[in-house]
Formats: sequence, structure tokens, C-alpha cells
Amino acid sequence: MTITEDKSTKIIGTRLLRREDPPLLTGEAKFTNDLNIPGALHLSVLRSPFAHAKIKSIDVSAALKIAGVVAVYTGKDLQSAWAAPMPCAWPVTTDMKNPPHFPLASDKVNYVGDGVAAVLATNETASRDALDAIDVQYEPLKAVVDLEDALSDKNIIHKDLGTNKSYTWPLLVEETPGCVEEAFKKSKYKVKERYVQQRLIPMAMEPRAIAAVPQPFGGDITLYSSTQIPHILKVMSALTLGIPEQQVRVVAPSVGGGFGSKLDVYAEELLCMALARKHNTPVRWVEERTENTQATIQGRGQIQHVELAADENGKITAVRVRIIGDMGAYLQLVTPGVPILGAFLYAGVYDIPKAYDFSCTSVFTNLTPTDAYRGAGRPEATYAIEMAIEALAREMKIDSFELRKRNYIKKEQFPYTAFSGLTYDSGDHLLAAEKAAKMTDLAGVRAQQKKQNVPGATRLLGVGMSSYFEMCGLAPSRVLASLNYSAGGWEAATVRVLPTNKVQVITGTSPHGQGHETSWAMIASEKLGVAPEDVDVLHSDTAISALGLDTYGSRSLPVGGVAIALACDKVIEKAKLIAAHQLECAAEDLQFVGGTFSVKGSPDRALPLAAIAFGAFTAHNLPEGCEPNLEAQVSYDPPNFSWPFGTHMCVVEVDTETGAVKILKYIAVDDCGNQINPLIVEGQVHGGVVQGIAQALFEEAVYDEDGNLKSSNLSEYLVPAASDLPSITTGHTVTPSPTNQLGVKGIGEAGTIGAAPTVITAIIDALSGLGVTTMAMPASPQTVWKTIQEATRGGKK
Amino acid sequence: MIPAAFDYKRASSAAEAISLVSQYGSDAKFLAGGHSLLPLMKLRLAQPAMLIDIGRVKDLSYIKDAGNHIAIGALTRHMDVETSKVLREHAPLLSHAAGHVGDAQVRHRGTIGGSIAHADPASDLPATTLALGATYVVQGPKGQREIAATKFYKGFLESDLAADEMLIEIRVPKMQGAGWSFQKFNRRAQDWAIVGVAAWRRKGEAGVALVNMGSTPILATSVATAIAKGASISDAAAMASNEADPQSDLNASTDYRKHLASVLVRRALEAASK
Ligand SMILES: Cc1cc2nc3c(=O)[nH]c(=O)nc-3n(C[C@H](O)[C@H](O)[C@H](O)COP(=O)(O)OP(=O)(O)OC[C@H]3O[C@@H](n4cnc5c(N)ncnc54)[C@H](O)[C@@H]3O)c2cc1C
Repeated sequence: MTITEDKSTKIIGTRLLRREDPPLLTGEAKFTNDLNIPGALHLSVLRSPFAHAKIKSIDVSAALKIAGVVAVYTGKDLQSAWAAPMPCAWPVTTDMKNPPHFPLASDKVNYVGDGVAAVLATNETASRDALDAIDVQYEPLKAVVDLEDALSDKNIIHKDLGTNKSYTWPLLVEETPGCVEEAFKKSKYKVKERYVQQRLIPMAMEPRAIAAVPQPFGGDITLYSSTQIPHILKVMSALTLGIPEQQVRVVAPSVGGGFGSKLDVYAEELLCMALARKHNTPVRWVEERTENTQATIQGRGQIQHVELAADENGKITAVRVRIIGDMGAYLQLVTPGVPILGAFLYAGVYDIPKAYDFSCTSVFTNLTPTDAYRGAGRPEATYAIEMAIEALAREMKIDSFELRKRNYIKKEQFPYTAFSGLTYDSGDHLLAAEKAAKMTDLAGVRAQQKKQNVPGATRLLGVGMSSYFEMCGLAPSRVLASLNYSAGGWEAATVRVLPTNKVQVITGTSPHGQGHETSWAMIASEKLGVAPEDVDVLHSDTAISALGLDTYGSRSLPVGGVAIALACDKVIEKAKLIAAHQLECAAEDLQFVGGTFSVKGSPDRALPLAAIAFGAFTAHNLPEGCEPNLEAQVSYDPPNFSWPFGTHMCVVEVDTETGAVKILKYIAVDDCGNQINPLIVEGQVHGGVVQGIAQALFEEAVYDEDGNLKSSNLSEYLVPAASDLPSITTGHTVTPSPTNQLGVKGIGEAGTIGAAPTVITAIIDALSGLGVTTMAMPASPQTVWKTIQEATRGGKK
Repeated sequence: MIPAAFDYKRASSAAEAISLVSQYGSDAKFLAGGHSLLPLMKLRLAQPAMLIDIGRVKDLSYIKDAGNHIAIGALTRHMDVETSKVLREHAPLLSHAAGHVGDAQVRHRGTIGGSIAHADPASDLPATTLALGATYVVQGPKGQREIAATKFYKGFLESDLAADEMLIEIRVPKMQGAGWSFQKFNRRAQDWAIVGVAAWRRKGEAGVALVNMGSTPILATSVATAIAKGASISDAAAMASNEADPQSDLNASTDYRKHLASVLVRRALEAASK
């Protein structure tokens, strides 16, 4: 069954308004902290003010005297509550070092924000007051903050491990042994670059919030959490607490953003569950913004050494990459895997020989743990290769767009087997890049730049670009197995046609802003020929959607959405048998168009799906052996990743006197294959681009040498607002994915992946006349100004 | 985000507010727009035991033409300062600067009196009123007194106001058609200035004050003197930091701040001279 081409019922591809928005905009939507749970106790967590210290003593007596305080627990008090340490599901190598990590520290704290004690009180104020009354004596230890310092093992954080190194993960692909080294010896052009991916703090509009509610009998517990991963959380929390999995139900109510930061199993979730069970009372917790900056995972945190070799024409002959990854103090759910998700993409969109030498060594630091943040590994990789391409173009003294054109994988090479053995299913990089150039009016901007960037000018124009490939739609389970990931990458869907011809779609994806309810309804609507408003999408409650692997890694549409299409096919298959029986014809003679089965060639012999749904319900007249009811369930394991791609360009103006950067134009041309709802695609691109611009210009988790976070609130951690951003122009090319029936690819992370290098290359381009060749992120006015000073003084670095 | 416990009283007149504050002493704080005080309380950096809410003292919200100067009630919101016809005509530098305080929400809550009483060197209106040669009128148990803006700021968040005194009026001399410019340099539109400059110019006369260039708002007297003596704008601007003593923070080192001050003072004087 393919998508019906009947134009009158065409829903896919239309700009249907999001059904999620009215309740969100009117305040009707219920977030976890909006749930009214009578009798709930409030949890507050006392956090370490030291990045690295021994806990000498904890005196909770004064806290216990505060009216309303019910109990105070230290890490030692709760040791018996845990059947296992907090989970890390991605042991990337067999010898990876993973220190035991519990919801509260017992003997030693390892980052500012590490939990030290938990207070339960009848109200939030008492719970918060109690934190000030707990007396903890610490013996501060030297903090390890710098990655290269961590690597030196001068101060070891987790003594039992004997090292700060968690793992080294190599990916060496050589046509013949030693060919990488040889290419670097023989090739005419070489560049060697070092980039720093600063730590970023995910700032979901809704901070984390949790309520654990024990059920009145039987020992069952329901966990409400502002999470991206109710299904994974159910399994992991059951294992960590030693509760039978079937007794745990996880519900994610409306979730106000995640960006990867809610793709985790957090100490507070486990504390709420353990204490709710202990006290047989609901326990809830809501994160303060400063806790968000300290105790929610952070993103990025890498030092990248990148080398390219190229022949006399600029064709890349070898790629060598060395990464130091910052794990933070402990490994969270997928922390070690983040750099590995980028490992395959350091050749970007370019056609390179089997001469690729990648290695990542990841280290512990006395900082908040890192984990997946929008793009996870892939923005870092794209930044590195795109910046290195620019460096190579400078080295060769040719235009960087021209250099890209010489290296792009060509349209006719798809499906393309990459050096890594992965198959890039489809693409047309040149088409996307040329479209971006046209939308930018590249020639016009270059002409204007010539006029404007004259000696002595203080407002300099620059153009930047980046072409990206994204490996997303996580993921074929067998590939995940080869990467040592502890779970699969399938997704489940159930489609049920109710007796009144209303449709229920049950999905294992867990939306938190992406508009799945709208898009999934559109898929089922198109498939089944019912109106989108007659399709209800159920999700994010493990009691309703028992199977699923949740939402991250731009996977929901290419895996979960495709699962829904397949489940619809199964429903149609069954409905067809019933229709054939009732119309007394052969199933092969039937066609299904616009929600009605009819006999090919005699359109008056027809039965609408509504009649079949009702018939399947009454079960009065079904074919021999046919079960009542019209529903189907599918678990779909994708055969390949999805490979969206595109080119972004931007034009900036740099005020050389102050260092201020203004983005004048931002063009994003993305190809995510067929679009279910272009409005939602554009929204995803806008949000993603903004997060990339934020990394390029604004955001950084700044620590001092003692590991104290200096940017721990929203006046110091600069999340840009609309007034600080350009208006973003989106364009698209459409190269359908050949690996799924909808022809779709992911789009959730693409914008973030493309944006940071686009902005930074534009700034460097603007300042190239002054001799500027590098730019650290975030390119704050001060950083830009200092870089100009260093370049014009001639003494670079 | 949960402040320590506190008591709360609402005053309906300046006299009532002053009598309440005399009663509760140094444990009490006035609450005007709350946009400086409440954030500090939520972080528990301020823990007053008593809040005296003066936000509804209506008779202190006004903008009046008083001949040589404009009189502004201390409880006048930034938004009213920004949009006042009288100020736009006679002290456009101040109404313009008020339009650059925070975002629209902040401007609808925050008051000019709160901003000045808080004495934050990073705030826009203390420096702006300083550049304009304003006088502040304060009232205490013993009556009223006038303090010149140049004498008011004593240190970081410290002013000449006694604990039992309330700022009631800001008097801004009319600008008499002087050219002016307000330069606010920040990374996000709603933020405090990394460096700000409020400047006016009338032939051989100029007034320049700096935002966030020391522990108090700074009057750049060297610049004004140089202009009076006929120096070029760029030579005068080079002296922007003579009276300043800026600190380093995440956005700017001391040196970069000084550099910015000279660039912004030059731009401000150029704009004010047009
Ligand atoms: C997000 C945000 C952004 C901001 N951005 C800027 C900015 O860009 N530029 C800027 O200048 N400001 C900015 N502000 C501060 C804002 O302007 C405040 O409103 C102002 O600084 C204080 O005024 P208030 O009326 O809110 O005072 P409150 O917070 O109520 O009081 C501040 C202090 O002054 C005392 N006080 C108040 N009124 C009187 C009085 N009449 N007499 C004696 N003491 C008094 C109070 O006791 C308290 O100690 C921002 C604030 C926020 C929240």
C-alpha cells in the first residue's frame, strides 16, 4: 500500500496548524508541576557548594526542628534503597571506566551541585528553609576542571579507577595499513586545527519536575516526570530501585522542552520514587533555574584536534581527528556515546578515500556530567570539518565554496558507501548549496563586501556557510549493537479504528514540543482516509503505550512515524479482507481510495472504512478465521539511519571597534526528504538554528579554576531572545529517503548542526582582511575584539 | 526561587511609609516595582523581615513641568518616563534611556525611584540623571532634603539615603534643546549595559555619565572639561575612563570596558553634536 495520490484527501504536506498549540497557549495544558496531588511531600536537595571535597560530617538536627519538615536523608541513610547505581546505558568499550554513581553522594562530592542530602517537608517553603539549616563539614580537594589537566592524571577524581580516563574509542579505516600517515606525508596541502566546543547548559522553558505517587494497594508506583523518555525511565528506574518493572508506570504530562536534557535518568526521579515508597506518600520535586544549571546534564565539552590532507586540486586525501571528551563527574545515561555519535561524521558531506583516523579519549572532570544535547556529537563534528575546510581553502588560497564543490559527494554517487561502511541513502549536496547561495544572493553580497570592507572600515561584512550531513533517526538496532549501546532503535505503534470510525494512534515516541500529535494524526488520516481531527494520538504514558523507545536523535518521524504508517497498512490489509468478504469479491480486485474500498472498475460496489470498522466491532459477518476489531500493532526497526542534509549560509556585519557581531541574513536550506507538515519542519529548523547561533555567539557554561559555575542563572547564561536574532529564511530541497515508505528523514537537530559553523565562518570571513583566521565560541564582543587586536598586532595567539 | 519568610505591609502615602519604616527599623525594606529587590530575595541574597509596599502610593507617580526643571515622582514607572510628552520635549535623553531599561515587562513594573534608590552602577537611570545634573528629593522622619545626584552615590548599591528615608522626587533640569545620545552596549537587548553612556552637548558644554564603569554611576568630568576647553571629540573621548574604575566580569575585562567606554563616548558625543 502506498500513499494515496487522491489530491482531495491529501493531508501530508499541508501546513496544518498544530493541535498542541491552543492548550499550550491558553495555559490549559498540564505540566507535571500543575498536577494537583493532595498530601504530597516536597523534596528539596541540598547540593555541594564544592566541586571536589570530602564530606566530613552532616548534621541535620536543626533542619528536623523546622515546622513542616518530615525527614532528612543523607547519602549514607539511603544506601540500602538502591539495588544498583544510576544507569549508564552506553558502555562504549568493554574496558570503559564507570565510577559508581548514586542519587546522593556519601563520602565525597565530585561537582558543584552533587546531591548531599534530601529533605521531605509538607510544603515547599519548609523544604527549602531546611536546606539552609543542614550543617555539612567539607574538606575541599583540588578540583579538576581543565580537560588537558584531567588527561594528565595529576589529580585523580575517582581514586578507585586509578585514572581520569574513562575510555579511548578509535575508528581507524585504512585502505592499506599506514595510508593515513602516508597521505599526510605526500599530500600537497595539510591543515592542523584545534577547536574547543564549550559546555552548554540546556535551558528547557519548563525545568525538570517530578511527582512519584504510590498507588493505594499492591505496591505499584506512578512516576510523573518532565521527561523525554518515559519508557526507558520505567525500565531503568525499576532496575535501580529493585522494583518489578510491571509495578512502575511512568507518565510524561505536557513537557516544556528537553533538547536531550530530559533524555536521562536523574537522581531526583529515583529519590522521589524511593522516598514515596518509604513514606507511602506522594513525593514531588521541581527544579529551580540555578539547579537546572548545575544538576541537569550539560552539552558539548570537547577539545578537537582535526587534520586534513588534500592533493593539489584540493581533493581530501585523509582525515585525522583526536578528541578529548568531557564526561563531567559521572557517566549519565548515554554520556560516553555522545562523541561516538559524531565519530562517523568528521568527513562531513565529502567524498574521501578510506584514510580516516579518528580517536576519542574521554575524561572525568569535577564538573556537572555531560550528556546528549541537541545534535549530540554531530554539531561538534560538523563544526570541526566545516572549519577545517575553511582553513584548507585559506591554505590553498581558493574560495571555500569552490573547495567544497570539489569534494562534495555527488548526486550520482548515492546510495553512497562511506569509508566507514555506512551507507548514505540519498543526497544532493550541490543542489542544496546552490539553492542557499541563490537565496543569499551570494554574488551580490560578495560585491557589496568588496565595496564595504576597505582599509580603515569599521563595519565589515562577512559570509559564512556550512554544508552538513546528519546521521539520525536512531537507529538500526544491529548498528547500535555494534556500538555497544544497551538498547535497540526500533519504535512501536498501534493503530485502532473504533466502531464509530474514530481512530486511535498509540505511539512509543514521547513528544515534548515537536508536534507529534499533529503529525501522527496527519499520517493516519492520509493513510486511512479519515479527517485528521478524527485521529487521536496517545503517548507518553507507559500504561497506555506499553512499548516504545521515546524521543531523541531526530528519530520520532523516521522510526515512530513510519511505524504508524506500517500499522495503518496492516489495518487496511485486514479491512480489505472484511470488505472482500462483504462485497463478495476477491481482495485483489479491491482498491482503497479516500477511505473507501471499491471494486476496481465498478465504483458503485463500495464499502467505506466506517462500515467495516463497525462490522469488525459487531463481528456479525466476518470472514472465516478473522478476529473481531480493527487494530494492528507494529514494532519497526529501521534498516538504516536517516540522512538529512543541507547548506546554511549567513551574512554578518562585525563592528571592529566593539567586536559586536550582527547577523544580517540567515538562510537555511535543509533536505529532510518528504515533509509531513512544512509548518512544523520550519519550526524545528528555526529553533535548531537559534540553538546553533546561541552556541556561536552567546552561550557558555563558564567555570572558574575551582570548578564553580559563574554562569548559573539566566542573566549570566545568555540564552538569546527574539530581539537578539535575525529573521531566518528557510528553503528546502526534497530528496526522499529510499529506506522508508514515507520518504522521510529527521529534522529535529539539523538546524543546530548547521548553524554554529555558519556563523563562525562568517565572522572569520569578515575579519579575514585583518588577518583573523580563528574565532573561539562563543564569539562574544570581547572575544571578537581581542581576536582582532591579536591579529592586527601580528602576534597571533 | 523561594524567598525566606517575611512580613508585609502596604503604605498608602509617603508619610505612612516613613512611619512604618521608622517602626521596623533596618529589618524593613521598601518595595516599589520589586524588579531589583525580589530577584535578590528569591536567591536569598536579601532577606528583609518586613516589606513595606509603596507600589500603590499614587501621589508619587507624576511627571510635572516645574519651570526650570521637570519633577518626577519616585514611583513613576519606567514606561511612563519613556512615553511622557513633557519629558520627550524637555529631557529626551531621560525618556529615551528609560525606553532601554530591560524589557517591556520590566518597564511596566520598575520605578525610577527604585532604580535610583537601589544605586546599581549598571542601571541606566542613575547615570542618566547624573549626566543631566538632577537633584533627588528625599523625605524622612525629620522632613525633606535635597541631594544633588553628584553627592548621592556612595558605593556599590550604597547611597546617601538613610534607612528611614524615602526618595520621593527626581528633579531633572530642562535640556534646553541640547543634543544628546544614549549608548547602551550589551549582548542581549533586555540586559543591563556592559557599558553605557548618557551624554548631552550644547556648543562648548557637555555632560557625560557612564553606566557600569565602577562601583557607582560615573560622571566623566574630564571629558566634559576637555570639550569645554575646545578639545576634539576623539581626544575628549580618550579620557572617558579617567574617573572610572571598572571591574572585570564574564562579559568584559577592565581593559575592554575602558576601550568600550572611549568608543561609546566618542559615538555619543558625535551623535549629540549633530
Ligand atoms: C529582567 C530585568 C532586567 C532589567 N534590566 C535593566 C536594565 O537594562 N537597566 C536598568 O537600569 N535596570 C534594569 N532592571 C532593573 C529595573 O529597572 C528595576 O525596576 C529598578 O532597578 C528598581 O526599581 P523597582 O521599582 O523595581 O525597585 P525595587 O526592586 O522595588 O526596589 C529596589 C531597592 O530600592 C529601594 N527603594 C525602592 N523605591 C524606593 C524609594 N522610593 N525610596 C527609597 N528606597 C526605595 C527598595 O527598598 C530596594 O532596596 C532590570 C530588572 C529585571 C528584573
